[in-house]
Amino acid sequence: MKRFIGFIKKEFYHIFRDKRSLFILFGMPVAQILLFGFAITNEINNVDIAIFDKSNDATTQEIIQKISASKYFSIKQNITNEAEIETVFQKGNVLAVLVFEKDFKKNLTKDNTAKVHVITDATDPNTANSITNYISAIIGSYQKEINKNSTLEYQIDTKSRMVYNPELKSVFMFVPGVMTIILMLVSAMMTSISITREKELGTMEILLVSPLKPFQVIIGKVIPYIFLSIINAVVIVILSIFIFKMPVQGSLFLLALESVLFIITSLSLGILISTVSATQQTAMMISLMGLMLPTILLSGFIFPISSMPLPLQVISNIIPAKWFILILKGIMLKGVGLAFIWKETLILIGMTLFFIALSVKKYKIRLE
Amino acid sequence: MKTILFIVQKEFRQIFRNKGMLPIIFVLPILQLVILSNAATFEIKNIKFSYVDHDKTSFSRALIEKFDASTYFNVVAEFPSKKEANDAMAKGKVDVILEIPRYFERDLLKQKKTDISVAINAIDGAAAGVENVYINQIVQDFNKKAIVALSSPSDMANAPKDIVTIPSFWYNKTLNYKTFMVPGILVLLVTMITLFLSGMNIVREKEIGTLEQMNVTPIKKYQFIIGKLFPFWILGFVLLTVGLTIAKVIFDVPIIGSLGLIYFYTAFYLLVVLGMGLFISNFTDTQQQAMFISWFFVVIFILMSGLFTPIESMPIWAQYVTEFNPVKYFVQVTRMVMLKGAHFNDILPQLTKTIIYALIMNGLAVWSYQKTT
Repeated sequence: MKRFIGFIKKEFYHIFRDKRSLFILFGMPVAQILLFGFAITNEINNVDIAIFDKSNDATTQEIIQKISASKYFSIKQNITNEAEIETVFQKGNVLAVLVFEKDFKKNLTKDNTAKVHVITDATDPNTANSITNYISAIIGSYQKEINKNSTLEYQIDTKSRMVYNPELKSVFMFVPGVMTIILMLVSAMMTSISITREKELGTMEILLVSPLKPFQVIIGKVIPYIFLSIINAVVIVILSIFIFKMPVQGSLFLLALESVLFIITSLSLGILISTVSATQQTAMMISLMGLMLPTILLSGFIFPISSMPLPLQVISNIIPAKWFILILKGIMLKGVGLAFIWKETLILIGMTLFFIALSVKKYKIRLE
Repeated sequence: MKTILFIVQKEFRQIFRNKGMLPIIFVLPILQLVILSNAATFEIKNIKFSYVDHDKTSFSRALIEKFDASTYFNVVAEFPSKKEANDAMAKGKVDVILEIPRYFERDLLKQKKTDISVAINAIDGAAAGVENVYINQIVQDFNKKAIVALSSPSDMANAPKDIVTIPSFWYNKTLNYKTFMVPGILVLLVTMITLFLSGMNIVREKEIGTLEQMNVTPIKKYQFIIGKLFPFWILGFVLLTVGLTIAKVIFDVPIIGSLGLIYFYTAFYLLVVLGMGLFISNFTDTQQQAMFISWFFVVIFILMSGLFTPIESMPIWAQYVTEFNPVKYFVQVTRMVMLKGAHFNDILPQLTKTIIYALIMNGLAVWSYQKTT
């Protein structure tokens, strides 16, 4: 046991001696969560649009007023003929053009119906879709307003309640994701590299002939990183609470436990990577190339999993980050207890055991 | 010249000798391009819909049927009470709960007015907004039909006014997000591979101790750097070519503009990335440090490139930050050229910025590389 403690001490020395890595380890997560917390959003904000008003009457003016008053759109220019639509899109000046038909008001009063065309630059289909939805919503509310005076009968009123996030802040969606990605990549990368480093430099041989058991070597390697990752997690949680006003509706204690669990999952994934790679370069490439994009794309961090094609929905189940994001959202935003997230927790525990078992099996005590 | 060729040869040998690395360089990116391009959609569908029907009349059932028939909603459950529905939402089993009050039909017929309440899981705020729009559309549509069915013809004279919005999506009529995502993800993969490899390259020699051997040879500084970077420059082109082929063959992404223009731009872009890798390499002592720094920048480059979330939605200061993101320009150029058929003049701003960037990065890299340790 004394030997083991000595070994852990050595590992801590290694880490604390390397001031630059230490700075990166703690500085980067902070910088990233701050940057992304503010910058990553899929809200529509101040999108530039153009108006092609063939009718130019009181009603169209009112609608245009409504649209420009909303924070979603700003009207960049007015155009006067069809050909110009193509030009403004080509130049990339605006993302949408609103075309009001001729005699808009007259049609509306006479036939009770009038048409408005929403043309969007759909090279970015995601944004185009949102723009269309937002514009229809604004026009819909205007329509409700003008219909107030007519004697409306048989009206069904829909009262919507936005649960867990009444102001529809996109921070609530993205902060748990950013936190997960940082913890995952930092933990997996750090362990995989520190173990392969010993291999590459040849010091692994020395450790193997020492009286320490192989599993003690591995655990000794991992313990300092558990410690560091926990500090990282604490810093990130504090930042998200105080800077991004993320609520923690559920228990902080549970949040801490689950974070430790996820850190251990990521670390054991790191161990697994290190057992299959011979050089630091290989280890890094696997943990970065192999983990980064799948974690960003398939975890539900940015893109909703339920909209993906079925095979990808199935694949997303093997991404540990997906489950941790569910847990984080559950505890922080929904305020649920273990009774609601036991399944996710069990899956993470299962994955951890699987990674560890596989690493033990693959771990070579002898050098080739 | 000959010296450079020898270094290049050595580098290529080292790349191809490392059997563990080859699949990571070539297979992994391609696999990711093929698989992950399918994941990046904001389209909202398969919404998990549930309801609590306190009324249980033909009217309430007809409304629920409307949701069932819609392609956006999957009716997954009916709950006897609001409490159970809320629990299911907390567990993540349902996204939307529609609650139809008791006497829904009676109120509508007698008092000519009634309301229903909807609860939406709004953690994903943008999705919740869209879901709300869909729900309102369905209810209004149902409402309109009900009014027609219930009103007497004389009432119809002052029927509600209706503004019809007709959407049209230009350049991408079917809203196929893959044509949008594939070029972007391709750009990311090329960037990541070349940056990671070049960033780790020199520092590896430092760490193993072979850099000292290099330093005592008569190789000149510029020869060494060119020899080190050239293989990765070629590698970048190989990856780009394979990626473009996949984009065309598997995803059928239109390539409207000229391919030559994309390659021309890429030649400069890769210089930026390689210069950056070299710079990182010079400033670090271990591969670990080099990777951490590359990783830090890559994550920022990816998430702030406008690839996944639009740059226009970012706060103004963040939009300025993206000006320093080379990936943003590459993403813009490939999209403009491939999807809109942009010409040389259209991409000139991006090209100029990239060239300036390349000059600065490589200048810094050469300046910071010292032959003495």
